[in-house]
Formats: sequence, C-alpha cells, structure tokens
Amino acid sequence: MDETILEIKDLNMVFSSGKSKVHAVDNVSFRIKQGETVGIVGESGCGKTTLGRCIVLAYKATSGQVLYHAADGKKYNIQAISKQKLRSIRKEIQMIFQDPYSSLDPRMTVFDIISEPLRANYKKIPKNEMEYRVQDVAKKVGLNPSYLKRYPHAFSGGQRQRIGIARALILYPRVIICDEPVSALDVSVQSQVINLLMDLQKNMNLTYLFISHDLSVVEHISDQVGVMYLGQIVEYASTDLLFHNPCHPYTEALLSAIPLADPDTPMDHIPLKGEIPNPSNLPSGCFFHTRCPYCQERCIRERTSLIRLDDGRLVSCHFAGKLPLHGIQAKVPR
Amino acid sequence: MNTEISIEMPTPHSNKEQQEPKGKQTEQEKYFMASQWQLIRRKLMHHKLAIISFVILGVLYFGAVFAPFLAPKGLEEYSGSYSDAPPTKIHLYHKGKWIGPFVYRYKVDRDAFENKIFTEDRKSSYAIRFFTHGKKYKLLGMIQTNIHLFGVEDPNPKADEDPPQILLFGADSLGRDLFSRTLLGSQVSLTVPLLGTAISFVLAIIIGGISGYYGGIIDTIIQRIIEVLSSFPTIPLWMALSAAIPAGVPVTTVYILITIIMSLLSWPGMARTVRGKFLSLKKTDYVMAARLAGVSNANIIRKHLVPGFMSYLIVNLTLGIPNMILGETSMSFLGLGMRAPATSWGVLLQECQNIGNIANCPWKLIPLIYVGVTVLAFNFLGDGLRDAADPYK
Repeated sequence: MDETILEIKDLNMVFSSGKSKVHAVDNVSFRIKQGETVGIVGESGCGKTTLGRCIVLAYKATSGQVLYHAADGKKYNIQAISKQKLRSIRKEIQMIFQDPYSSLDPRMTVFDIISEPLRANYKKIPKNEMEYRVQDVAKKVGLNPSYLKRYPHAFSGGQRQRIGIARALILYPRVIICDEPVSALDVSVQSQVINLLMDLQKNMNLTYLFISHDLSVVEHISDQVGVMYLGQIVEYASTDLLFHNPCHPYTEALLSAIPLADPDTPMDHIPLKGEIPNPSNLPSGCFFHTRCPYCQERCIRERTSLIRLDDGRLVSCHFAGKLPLHGIQAKVPR
Repeated sequence: MNTEISIEMPTPHSNKEQQEPKGKQTEQEKYFMASQWQLIRRKLMHHKLAIISFVILGVLYFGAVFAPFLAPKGLEEYSGSYSDAPPTKIHLYHKGKWIGPFVYRYKVDRDAFENKIFTEDRKSSYAIRFFTHGKKYKLLGMIQTNIHLFGVEDPNPKADEDPPQILLFGADSLGRDLFSRTLLGSQVSLTVPLLGTAISFVLAIIIGGISGYYGGIIDTIIQRIIEVLSSFPTIPLWMALSAAIPAGVPVTTVYILITIIMSLLSWPGMARTVRGKFLSLKKTDYVMAARLAGVSNANIIRKHLVPGFMSYLIVNLTLGIPNMILGETSMSFLGLGMRAPATSWGVLLQECQNIGNIANCPWKLIPLIYVGVTVLAFNFLGDGLRDAADPYK
C-alpha cells in the first residue's frame, strides 16, 4: 500500500495572453501513494483545477514532470509521452468533473455516455459484454440499470454525478482526479456522493486526487492535504496534522472559516486582509505576505520555499513552526 | 432543469431497491427517454404560428412539385386577344338557372384611347371541367401526360375565335395565364433557395468547422475572408456575377449558376455560426471527458460537436431562406436572374416595372403575395425552430 503511484515534480503551468502571464501552477511537487486520497484545497483561482488538468494532460504543462507508476511496474512521464503509450495510460487515470450538467452530453443516452470510453478503447468489444460492464458499473454507483436508456435531462445533479463517476470507472482506472466533484450539489446529496466515492475506493483500490474548496469535505475524505495559494503549495501534510495543527498562516485562516454546526460556539474567524493578488502581477517575497497577519519584514523581501518539518509535513513559510497557529481542535472541543 | 420531477437515488448504504413500474411506459418516462430531436419537436408543436407556417409551406411546395398538373395552361401558351385580360369570374347560374361552375368568354373592345375593354359574352356558358386534356408535359419529370386538374373546353370550337379560357389571376401582356405561370414559376422561386442553402450549408460546415477546430492562423485567415465577403453590398455583387453569365446558355445552366451565386454569398454568416458553436462546444466538460476517455478527434467531432450545433444551424438555414427568395426575386425582377423561357416570381413581377401596368392590371402583382407569404412563413417557422432549438435550457 505504501507504493507511490503518482509523482508530481516541479510542475509549472503558465498561461500567457499577449504580454500578461499567469502562473497558474508554480513549482508544485508532491507524491501520491497508491490507495490514498490527496486533497487539494484553496480559494478559487489558486490553480487547483489547472493542476488536476495538467496531471491528466488536458493541458500541456510549461515545465515539470508528472510521473505515473503504471500497473506494469514502469514509470511514465505523462507530460512527455508517446501517443500510443498515452492511450493505454489514460485508461488508468480518469477524471470526475465539477459540473454534472455540462459534463454529460445532453444528446446521448446514459448508456452511450457511460460506454463511450469502452467503445473508444476497445474497438471490437462484443455488445453483450459492453452491456454487462455498463450495467455492472451502474450498479456500483447506485444507478438503476433501467435508467440507462434515459437521457441526462431526466436526472438531478446527484444522479448526474453518479453517471459521471460511472463513466470514470468503466475502464477500471487506478487513479481518479476528482475536480470539485460535489461542490455543485446540494449538501444532502454531497454526503451521498462522498460516501459513494469512499466505498468505491475501498472496493476497487482507487487512488484519488480530490480537488475542492470545501475544507470539511476534504477533511472527511483525504489522507493527505495540500493547501494551494496563488499556484503554489503552501502546506502539505497528513489530514490530521494539517487540520489540528496548521503551520502556515493561510491554512489557519482557511480552517478558521469552516462553518460550525453549533450556533452557540463562537466563531473566531481570522479575516484575511484584502483580496487575493492578481496572479499576473505577483507580490514580492512570500506570495502571502500582503494578507498575512503575521507578516514581518523578511516576508516582504525573501521568497519562500517548501521546507520539511520534523513531523514530515512540508510548509512554505519563513516562520514555520514558530507561529502560534490554531487548528480546528482549538475551536471544537471533542 | 427538471430536478423537481426526478427522484434522488438511494445511497448504496441504504439497501432499498427503487421500484420501477414495469411494462407500461408513463408519460414522464417517455420524456426521460426523449432524444434531442424529439424534445425539439415537442416544443415546436406548441408554437402555433410555426405549425401554420409549416402547413402553408407544405401547400406551396406541393403546388410547385405538381405545378404542370395543377396549372390549366402550359408555360408558354398564349392567346393574343387575351393580353392583359383581368381574372375571369366563375359563375354558377346561367340565365337564372343553376348549371354548376362555368365561365363566359371575354369580348374584347377598345375605348377611345385604344385601351382594351374586356366584357363577358353572356350568350354561351363554358363549364369548368376536371382532368381536361391540354398541353403535354412530364409529371415529376417522368410521366408523360396531357391531363390538367381543371380547365374549360369549347365543345364546338370555331376557327375565327380564341377558345374560352379560365384565367384565375388574369393574363399578362402576352395573353398568358398568370395563375399557371405563378405555379410554374414557384418551381424556380421555391427551389433555388433550398438548393442554395444546401450548398452554403455544406460550405459553412466545412469552412466554419476548419476555422473553429484548428484555430490559430487558419482561423484568422478564414475569418478575415468572411469579413471581406460579407462587407460587399449584395445586390451589386449579384448583378455583377449574374451579368457574367453568357447570354446563350441553356435554362438549366442558368438555374444552377444562379443557385451557386446565391449560395456563394450566404455561406459566410453561417460559417461564422458554425465556428462559434465549434469553439464553445470544444471547451465543454463533456468534450474533455471524451478526450480523456481516449475518443478520437474524428469521433468527437462526429458524435459531440456536429450534433451539438446542428439544431442551431438548421435554425440559421431556415432564417436564411427568405433572404435567398428575396434575392432571387430581386435579381429576376432586375432581369439578371432567370431568363425566358424559364420563369420565376421575380420574372413575373418584371411587368410591374411599368406603373401603367400596375394601374390598369393590378392582378399582375399577385406573385408578390406569393413572395410575401413564403418569406413570412419561413420566418415564422425559423422563429419557432429557434425557440425549440436548445431544449436543454
């Protein structure tokens, strides 16, 4: 179980339009072990989605590597791979999309949507085998097989997301990039889908990269969490460590914003100053210094880089471990 | 969307099985299984004006297809004494007695200014008969026959008199039956726009598709060409192009050339629509999902992109047809379109260039009503289609 399955090394993604350049993903490195879930959190526009899309090669990254340890024991850099090899690897890395409305073609039946990856990858698959596999995967995600003849307009958001999950599962992938898979859903439906994802992970030995802005969801599902700010990972740690004992002021601020279910508990929300800086015009020094409540002179001058602390986490802060930061434990007595 | 009528699935944790009533298909289930085109048809059915227009267009096209049969006269049949004759009245009572529908023969006199005066000669009646024998023609281009739907026949024709005629829309200045000519003219006026749109449809899909799919330099070049083409004023360009058709060419060649000229000038707008839709659909999540699943580019275009913009394109086509009808009519009106012996509504309207003609023979404007009705019908139909085109909103 401790095997690494996906390694992201110094990944950079720069979007340029005319003269302005946006560094959407800035020197991101981390590794995902087989069978675990890595959560990526951050505000909108911090590069979470771009990171996910670079991993599945929806975007060609500006520089850096995405090393995938394939089932055959070899390592492949997805960012520089031959077309033929890519076809076989794509079967093993699939994606679940944020918007269950725009991610299903309204002109295809549910059966056609779910079976599309099969038809694309196995040209000569017999019809009855295809039907069997589609029905099998539909059952797995909790879709009534009699719904397969319907069109997507017959379904609500939660059911549509199940269809999207079924499409991602049909090729029996090893890694699934979940790009905010529940943020478009009602809260009651969110938990159903999250539980489904966790069950599937157990039964099919899946590895997830779970991108979300919802910290509670990430805490629930992830083993490791990376916090992103302006394209960089500012803190990467195991879920427990990160949520209860954050080491980056940004993580602390995010955690303090998690709404509590108990209205009597006072919220000590740490308001961040100002807006997220324009990513095409980045601040000097530490990217977070413009909004950091603990900002010192050194932060304005000096860039930060990820450093490993004694407890194994990675933090990108000059004063990592030296600041009096609070996690969620401090607020919710358990 | 229809969230309110769908039921959330139970989670896999709760082991309840959803009960589906099997056997009979409910109305809701039919809706759930309706494809895009079925949904569009459902919506279109609620657009009354579009349905009426569709029926009117059906009648007009039926008239065009069976024109030689429905028209009592051939295209070039004329009788000199009936030139500029007004529409004949259809009577039922002859000398106070019911004898069914019939017409009288016209008596032609001249007034002090040498203008023709048509009066009915009430001496003898000529019954309107069905399936009369007249000029030979080929029905649908295949069946050789001389039977016309209706007409009048003189049981004992005299050599010195023109035979009696039924002129529903009157006659033109050469004494030809305007009703027959309007019907026969619709064969050109109603098919040139259809063929022309078909050609521009193909051009638009290919050129707009290339532009939208490849993007970059190719896209820029194609877009600039489209801008140049659509900045030309249409009528002068039509005139220039059709003036280039040599005088002696056969009718069918003129027909084809006119069609091509019409379509050459209407594809740019459509190509733009295709390109725009291509660009927006290319970025949707479901296209990305297909790409990640390893679906080939050709299949993505075939299965996702083309079906995605087809409904919009059909709307555009329908709304583009009226322009072509008007274009063909104006070209023919100016004498640059169809040439004798072929005719079209525009050719028939040429006689109305003379104000005296309109004042004395207002029935010569009847083809104008046909043009107007057709254009309006296509517009209303396109309107209805546009409302129904995207059933997923």
